[in-house]
Amino acid sequence: MLTNLNFRAGVLSLVFLVVFLGVWQLATAPEALLIGDQELSEYEMLTGGGQQTSSGRGIPAPTEVFAHAVSELSNPFYDAGPNDKGIGIQLAYSIYRVLLGFALAALIAIPFGFVIGMSPLLNKAFDPYIQVLKPISPLAWMPLALFIIRDSNISAIFVIFICSIWPMLVNTAYGVASVRNDWLNVAKTHELSKIRTAFTVILPAAAPTILTGMRISIGIAWLVIVAAEMLVGGTGIGYYIWNEWNNLDLASVIFAILMIGVIGFILDASLAQATKLVRYAD
Amino acid sequence: MSKGFLEIENLSQRFPQPDSSDLMTVFEGVDLEIQKGEFVCLIGHSGCGKSTILNVLAGLATPTDGNVIMDNKEIKGPSLDQGVIFQNHSLLPWLSARDNVMFAVRARWPNWSRAKRLEHAERYLKMVGLDHAMDRKPSQLSGGMRQRVGIARAFAIEPKLLLMDEPFGALDALTRGVIQEELLKIWSETHQTVFMITHDVDEAILLADRVLLMTNGPHAKVAESVKIDIPRPRERASLHQHENYYKIRNHLVDFLVHRAKDMSLEAQQEAAQGVDPRHKPRFVNPANPEESAPEPATDADATAAADRPRMRAV
Repeated sequence: MLTNLNFRAGVLSLVFLVVFLGVWQLATAPEALLIGDQELSEYEMLTGGGQQTSSGRGIPAPTEVFAHAVSELSNPFYDAGPNDKGIGIQLAYSIYRVLLGFALAALIAIPFGFVIGMSPLLNKAFDPYIQVLKPISPLAWMPLALFIIRDSNISAIFVIFICSIWPMLVNTAYGVASVRNDWLNVAKTHELSKIRTAFTVILPAAAPTILTGMRISIGIAWLVIVAAEMLVGGTGIGYYIWNEWNNLDLASVIFAILMIGVIGFILDASLAQATKLVRYAD
Repeated sequence: MSKGFLEIENLSQRFPQPDSSDLMTVFEGVDLEIQKGEFVCLIGHSGCGKSTILNVLAGLATPTDGNVIMDNKEIKGPSLDQGVIFQNHSLLPWLSARDNVMFAVRARWPNWSRAKRLEHAERYLKMVGLDHAMDRKPSQLSGGMRQRVGIARAFAIEPKLLLMDEPFGALDALTRGVIQEELLKIWSETHQTVFMITHDVDEAILLADRVLLMTNGPHAKVAESVKIDIPRPRERASLHQHENYYKIRNHLVDFLVHRAKDMSLEAQQEAAQGVDPRHKPRFVNPANPEESAPEPATDADATAAADRPRMRAV
């Protein structure tokens, strides 16, 4: 029954994909454009109509995007100067920034979340700050970061750090604070030290919640890195998209959008796998 | 007077009330003694503070007044000397049955080798009949099996005092019967001192040497200490055929149905009059009333005696 369901869902997915690509192909095929060989008006020239006619169309057809993807992916790591690097290099820069910022955030958020989760006093004392800092768009920190750090690359990592820290902090504190009293009593009646209680009872009990926080964080970090790199420029997938937009190379832009989705999916799926490892049925 | 293994002295618990500045007295003035190796059950209606007494013995709650001395040492906090079995098994769900027991064994004897801990843990799991399910997580065990792991965990650390808070309350009657007999078997092998809370009169008669009866709260008291004069080994199937069974059972049920409430009203009147609440439970042997301590003063006497200080029934 389940395999049957999976099979049917797979077929349906494929049907959607074919219909979507078909419509896209038809809508962007050169014959479908009405402009054709007509003379350009001055307005059309100003709004980029000239570009459209010179390359035949505006939005590239899926076949064109596919051809572009094949050529990019066949040589993803070439480096021909600051404005012409392979997609693999650009993605690697972004992943590196995200993982570094995320790891630094985890290093601080998880121990700190642990402490405020265990102490109702600290929990209450820090709550107002967390509640105010949490909703700030991470990009709002960018000017301050650039001014203080004076390095665009580290500023981008800082922005990732600051956006990843909140979900992990809040979830860790929540997970630790809501460890069942029964289990804490078990630790007490067995005379476990505070440290042993933290590692053998509270950590495994809160691990699924902590991992959920990490999963939310990495998702947000991957969303934010694109915008951050558009701002700071230089390298990374966000910069790549913006650069290709300036080149009016929409095939590259669409290809990059797809790659962002794929990498984001992989990041999320790997944390989902890690969550499975620590999950327990109650 | 001989000193008991476990001495509870003048134990009282009062809680602040949300809508009044007066404290609410759950129970007060409880004096109790439990001998080494004794199996004692505590029965009372909900809200009389049974669980609070058990939590005080476990060191998980602090009484408002009074203290508890076990083996000449005051109980000040939870320790490995007091093993606890809670109603909701309280196993760690991410550990297998074996690892749950190992967890306790390791806490008790940190210097043991892993092999020795393993051997010890498995011995107790076998004692409760779980040889085949040691690798399973609590979620993969039935309610009865989980409670058995809890029993194995508590017995494995060989505590001086084993505390059980309605350990079989959440189980169906059939499973409960089976585990009661297993508990009896382990207890007869180890002769732990056991203090157990139950709602089940038959369970108490089957297991206990002595049943403590608590009146209703507020101002609850441990009114009677009822001897279960039925020789061991006892068996569930034949227990009711013993000549003393119904005498004991009727006495316990009568207390729970009628006197728990009457005596509670009395206690509240006395509290209002400022009578010293400190008391020892009256010893009763329903099977041999001549052994019992004399009845306390009746209601009418109590009212008449209200103005002068009253002797405690000992």
